[in-house]
Amino acid sequence: MADQAHNAQPSSVDGQTRRDFLLYATSAVGAVGTGLALWPFVHSMNPAADTLALSTTDVDISAIKPGQSVTVVWRGKPVFIRHREPEEIAEAGKVALADLREPQTDADRAKKPEWLILIGVCTHLGCVPLGQKPADPKGEFGGWFCPCHGSHYDTSGRIRKGPAPANLPVPPYQFTTDTTVRIG
Amino acid sequence: MSDFKSNNKVVNWIEERLPIFSMMQHSAIEYPTPRNLNYWWNFGSLAAVMLIIMILTGLFLAMNYSSHTSLAFDSVERIMRDVNYGWLLRYLHANGASMFFILVYIHIFRGLYYGSYKAPREILWFVGIAIFLAMMATGFMGYVLPWGQMSFWGATVITNLFSAFPVVGDYIVTLLWGGFSVDNPTLNRFFALHFLLPFVIVGLVVVHVWALHTVKSNNPLGIDMKGPQDSIPFHPFYTIKDLYGIGLFLMFYMAFVFWAPNFFGEPDNYIPANPMVTPPHIVPEWYYLPFYAILRAFTFDLPFLPAKLQGVLAMFSAILILFALPWLDSSKVRSAKFRPLYRQFFWLFFVDCMVLGYVGGKPAEGILIKIGQFCTAYYFAHFLLILPLLSRIEKPKPLPASIAQPVVKAAALVAMIMVGLAGFGGEAQASSAGMPEFKKPATAFSWEGVFGKHDKASLKRGWQVFHDVCANCHAMKLVSYRNLADIGFTEDEIKAFAAEKEVPDQPNDEGVVNNRPARPSDKIVPPFANDKAAAAANGGALPPDLSLMNKARPSGPYYVYSLMLGYEDAAPEGHPIPEGKFFNHYFPGNAISMPSPVMDDIVSYADGTKATKEQVAYDIVTFLNWAAEPELDARKSMGVKVMVFLGVLTALMYALKRQIWKDVH
Repeated sequence: MADQAHNAQPSSVDGQTRRDFLLYATSAVGAVGTGLALWPFVHSMNPAADTLALSTTDVDISAIKPGQSVTVVWRGKPVFIRHREPEEIAEAGKVALADLREPQTDADRAKKPEWLILIGVCTHLGCVPLGQKPADPKGEFGGWFCPCHGSHYDTSGRIRKGPAPANLPVPPYQFTTDTTVRIG
Repeated sequence: MSDFKSNNKVVNWIEERLPIFSMMQHSAIEYPTPRNLNYWWNFGSLAAVMLIIMILTGLFLAMNYSSHTSLAFDSVERIMRDVNYGWLLRYLHANGASMFFILVYIHIFRGLYYGSYKAPREILWFVGIAIFLAMMATGFMGYVLPWGQMSFWGATVITNLFSAFPVVGDYIVTLLWGGFSVDNPTLNRFFALHFLLPFVIVGLVVVHVWALHTVKSNNPLGIDMKGPQDSIPFHPFYTIKDLYGIGLFLMFYMAFVFWAPNFFGEPDNYIPANPMVTPPHIVPEWYYLPFYAILRAFTFDLPFLPAKLQGVLAMFSAILILFALPWLDSSKVRSAKFRPLYRQFFWLFFVDCMVLGYVGGKPAEGILIKIGQFCTAYYFAHFLLILPLLSRIEKPKPLPASIAQPVVKAAALVAMIMVGLAGFGGEAQASSAGMPEFKKPATAFSWEGVFGKHDKASLKRGWQVFHDVCANCHAMKLVSYRNLADIGFTEDEIKAFAAEKEVPDQPNDEGVVNNRPARPSDKIVPPFANDKAAAAANGGALPPDLSLMNKARPSGPYYVYSLMLGYEDAAPEGHPIPEGKFFNHYFPGNAISMPSPVMDDIVSYADGTKATKEQVAYDIVTFLNWAAEPELDARKSMGVKVMVFLGVLTALMYALKRQIWKDVH
């Protein structure tokens, strides 16, 4: 083979073209391969199969009286479950959408009006707002108040004042029985 | 000193402040390299690539590893089972360690053959030995991290080496352990050091390359470059040659990662560490075996120098003596090509190291002890007697005037040596002496071979056997119910399997812990609350967890298959079996506590397959293999794609290399 290559004596122009072609082809294939090889490393940092499998939490809500809140853990985050009193529901219902930073009706945020279920993580920078315990400050709108940077949420968990950009998110949930809710 | 000029203003701006471009130009592009380097000179850059792969895979493994004795083993199994591509990262890393040593050993023997340790390259050589020592320490501590039986007992034996030193020995060992045995503090510090040392190696490699670029590369003729006609610029000639070598090497490496990922490992390391039980035959990783053989070669106490201390000193000396090599071998001629006598003794020394490695991997008994002692004596004689003598009596052949002559191709030889070394790893496996040959099923297991996959129908039947029979006594703690989706069960079927068992719930508001039905995300619920309860219910013998059984015994699938079918109703003549035990041809010691688990029609298969005992054994082995290697199907199919890709890339690089080199040859 080596002898043949020497004997053939390709003109220098052809040789240069062949060499360029090989250089570009090799570089391209090598670059694609390197890119593909990086994916397993990056993907290994995504949630693992066991983490994804733990994505539902069942909660017994039979013992939560009106006016009471409980905090449960879902995907490592606090979830607020509030059994709202009629006046809180009324308060949340009468706000004009135009006054809201992120306009959402209360009905869109609670499948059953008496049960408000929220991810208890401030949408500003991730602190847990106060307001779950009776003695906690609840902010100017009677819902939750984030002490880190002063965001105020109303009785529907919507942002009303302070730096947070969005309402407290509602996690996916369903009532599996009248007294049990499955979050996730 | 820079003659570097660029048309790019940004480049010039940076260059004036930090001469990084001229440095690269000087040491990676223009760097004058002997034109006659053969393929043995590829192994330095290959080792550097391997170091990068080890650091990268290690970094991402560390993100998922827990260095606590109660979590380490399970966290490694979580990497294998749950972390995305975790099995790939771990197998790249574990096999990468062996690859790294293969490359570095070839690199060292290359240096020995061509006299690369001689003036003016002594410091280059010293730094290389320091890298080798750091690699050995790193490899040893890394092997401890999975916290299997070999991890634990390897750590115990190697740290105990230091107890051989008089007076201070025991204090050193206690200090290494951070306690009175290898335990959690030991594991924690080994993890910290295992993370640190690779970066120390990177620093040493920088110094190694610095020294190299100061004195320039040696070459197969061992004579100095005398002018520009003897050298070529590193780029593009050696960049492409190194890249081509990397392509070939990656194919060799990936063959192990995808098809024989546990070839270099020990089955015992898939058994969690147990400080109460030493495995019957412990061996270090293959790359330490020659030194291990030297350690064991000393059996006679001398005054003030007990055998144990002799062995330890000899083992350390075996490496440290390399530092004296530039003076022990005082011949002015570097390359063995022109040293007819040295060349023969080089190969004798090479064989001696191989035999030492073989002996180190076998139990210390019979003739092997004498062979090990002879080879140890020869090892030191090579350095202390033969080399000094040779330099005096040998008549070297005349050296050529210059190195501008055709390059020797040795690719075939490289491949041969690599395969040979791989076989060396195989030799390190424990022998299963005194056992009859394993039974083989009539049709081969479906997952064997290059394209093999687990047979879904057999897996489902195997689960049925496990569920109805095995699971009454055996746990399978590393597998979750949700994993059964892999073998074709529906979500509802999996929920039903899980709901058959109960697990403790979170404490309720009164602090009472109640049971709840298990969910698909739970691990398969063990039949007994704990190991003591399991042992008590089984006549004092703990039924082992089956999650990793197929990987935790040599030739695991065949062992389990044979064990299932290896019972005798009555113990044969001359093999008395204790009361309450059963005779099995394949169980070590023949007396097994488990009664024969399979018989014809022990289950009634849902898919109507006739449940002969051979069929039942076949199905349970298939299921256990899936439990041990759930990634196998994905691994092999990815392996095929990777190999095809590397084949194309390497062929392109070879063509490009030919094109670039055609005027030099």
